[in-house]
Amino acid sequence: MQQGTRPHRGFTYSLSAILFRLLGLAVIDAFAVWLLPQIIHDRVWYLVVLLVIITLGINLIFLREEYYPLRWMSPGLALMILMVVYPLLFTVYTAFTNYSDGHLLTKQQVIQVLGQQLYLPEGGESYKWTAYRSEDGQYALWLVSPEGKTFVAYPGRPVQPAVPGQGDIGPADDQGTPTHIGALQRLDRIRVIRYLPDLEKLEFGTPPQVLKIRSLDEAAALQPRYVYDPQQDAIVDRKTGKVYRADDRRGSFVAPDGEELTPGYQVFIGVANFRRLFRSPALRGPFLRVFLWTILFAAGTVFTTFALGLFLALVYNDPHIRGRKIIRSLLIVPYTVPSFISILVWRGLMNPHIGVINTTLEKLIGWAPPWFSSPTWAKIGVLLVNLWLGYPYMMLISTGALQAIPDDLYEAAEIDGAGLWQRFRQITLPLLLISVGPLLISSFAFNFNNWNVIYLFNRGGPPMPGTPTPVGHTDILVTYTYRLAFASGGGGDYGYASAITIIIFLIVATITYFQFRYTRMWEEISENV
Amino acid sequence: MSRNMGGFLASKRRQRQLITLGRVLVSVLAILYAVFPVLWIASASFDPRNSLAQQRLIPPNASLENYRALLNNPLQPFPRWMLNSIKISLITSILAVLISALAAYAFSRFHFRGRRSLLLTILLVQVFPNFLAMVAIFLLLQQIKNYIPSLGLNTHGGLILVYLGGALGINTWLMKGFFDAVPRDLDESARIDGASDWQVFWRIIFPLVRPILAVVGVLTFIGTYSEVLLASVLLRSKENFTLAVGLWQLIEGQYTQKWGIFAAGALIGAIPIMVLYLIAQDWIIGGLTRGAVKG
Repeated sequence: MQQGTRPHRGFTYSLSAILFRLLGLAVIDAFAVWLLPQIIHDRVWYLVVLLVIITLGINLIFLREEYYPLRWMSPGLALMILMVVYPLLFTVYTAFTNYSDGHLLTKQQVIQVLGQQLYLPEGGESYKWTAYRSEDGQYALWLVSPEGKTFVAYPGRPVQPAVPGQGDIGPADDQGTPTHIGALQRLDRIRVIRYLPDLEKLEFGTPPQVLKIRSLDEAAALQPRYVYDPQQDAIVDRKTGKVYRADDRRGSFVAPDGEELTPGYQVFIGVANFRRLFRSPALRGPFLRVFLWTILFAAGTVFTTFALGLFLALVYNDPHIRGRKIIRSLLIVPYTVPSFISILVWRGLMNPHIGVINTTLEKLIGWAPPWFSSPTWAKIGVLLVNLWLGYPYMMLISTGALQAIPDDLYEAAEIDGAGLWQRFRQITLPLLLISVGPLLISSFAFNFNNWNVIYLFNRGGPPMPGTPTPVGHTDILVTYTYRLAFASGGGGDYGYASAITIIIFLIVATITYFQFRYTRMWEEISENV
Repeated sequence: MSRNMGGFLASKRRQRQLITLGRVLVSVLAILYAVFPVLWIASASFDPRNSLAQQRLIPPNASLENYRALLNNPLQPFPRWMLNSIKISLITSILAVLISALAAYAFSRFHFRGRRSLLLTILLVQVFPNFLAMVAIFLLLQQIKNYIPSLGLNTHGGLILVYLGGALGINTWLMKGFFDAVPRDLDESARIDGASDWQVFWRIIFPLVRPILAVVGVLTFIGTYSEVLLASVLLRSKENFTLAVGLWQLIEGQYTQKWGIFAAGALIGAIPIMVLYLIAQDWIIGGLTRGAVKG
């Protein structure tokens, strides 16, 4: 390990360089200082922490001489912390919570949200009302309180005290009610009944004073329906009198009869998501199948693409073949088309009713594989599409590696009487695997998370019947988590999706470990040669 | 003896002829397999009947009808998607190359404590593709939108930022190898002439390692252009879609009705990348064998 000094510090900074650096820091700090109070005000603590860490880190790196080398990496590191490290940590955290649609808010926020729901009380203070309507369907109410005070109320505007004949309020009739309000005309009894369905739906005024029509005579102020009682740690429904106690293990307010208030809130639930995954038969079954298929899919893809790629590389390894360069350029065409386009195109070609592959097969042999509806054929279909996408890469790397194998090895083997197959088994394959082995592991890891080919081809389908969340027979772990989080019918179950993501992390980490070991082995071998 | 030898040579010749014949057969089949989907989609794009069912390889009434329909429908702003994709991929690849090159320079030229472990940490962290944490990224951008609207959810700025989170990683390692190969004598003599670290980087090393920068840039461009998952999660409105998201939504569930229009879009969408490959073919193949994987 080297010591912490740099070899070339034989000069001092120019004044302009120092000024430039300080100016840059000042801009960054000013920006952070401008941002921070807003975020604190909204209580988004994780953003506060992220912002403080990144800003302090940048200041430290640019002010302390011993961190000089880090200055060069600071943009990359800052982005990595924000967009990779933090999301990873958040995912780990989420896996241990019940975070999902319906449990997105904190307990405090839920109490606040529920507190905004209003209801129309049966009894209590009420107003006598008269309705007014304009030609284009605007409504207003003239209200008289029990004490005889008068008000005018529009939907979405604060309720105002008013006196007939003042402002845009028309003059009073013999009962003291204005004949019109602005352009709105008074509705008599008969017309009121006609418009009653409209009127009953409207809420007049703005919070906290909102009024609704209760009967033909009465209008009343709405009141908060759910009130939080800190002593019982419960929410009381004032309309029904029910008491919903906070259940901090489920993250919901629950009544004695088992009824839950929505929304629930977010709580830490320990390893419950993992327990669900491994214990619940309804979830474990599909999960295991998805897991096995993921491995089969990644391994199968590496095997088939490498086999075809290597075969083609061997066929064109002879430099004397005429047109070798042009043939090779044609063979890597699949590699040059963006994968999302080719997958969508293949999906059209393999369409069971009208795609060219199936119609041609129908004509030739009277039968064609049901690519999208049969679980087995769907799997074969995905592998075939991925073979087309992946073999050129394998051909390219194999071609490169073949050229590095010395010819005299083959000559010696030929003299010893080794046949074509023996030469391939004994010389080509082992030597090739040393150099392309790490790339094959990379390819396995890449396909392990190959969302594009699975989701764009068939959305993971065909669906498995009878599972609690939608799963398909070709779903791999990433598409499964994607569906859980973003595309499932029952809303996003982020906690459960994160638990599966952690399992993916662990597997990818294991693969990487083997790859690093493999590469080191490879280095050792090349050192010893 | 001589008769034996002649027989051996004859069989050798026959074997060679057989191999050549096999090779021709393989070539024909392989090339058909490789280019058929591309030819088929090209033909579909000129077939005005716009239907998957009746398509022939050479369309009877070839016309540009599909292209016209593709480019002039305000409900599916294809040209817009195309521009979005090119803009996002271009900005991402240029910034990623810069960010990565700066870090690689420091790893290559400065010796500091924790250098190895930092490099290893970066490599390890980037092993986990950040799309796995899509929920966290989605929520993060949703929050950022409240403070810096141009970097929030449903913006290109936000998406680019997410892509740049993965700028360091295998690329830095790849570049460091190339930086190491530039002789240090060049730095030394420049320094004697009074050049600063930045000048050494920008004036001397940067021009010398241009080929590897181009490879990383091109591969990042292609990877970004083809990315669907994060773009589909983070971009919410039609006019902000990238080509990948737009084209997917265009054809989803409508293979029978929109096949021709889709074919035209697929062809136009594939062309920039195919051209890029043709230009950078040799560089990319060199970079591939060193471990860069296409996204």
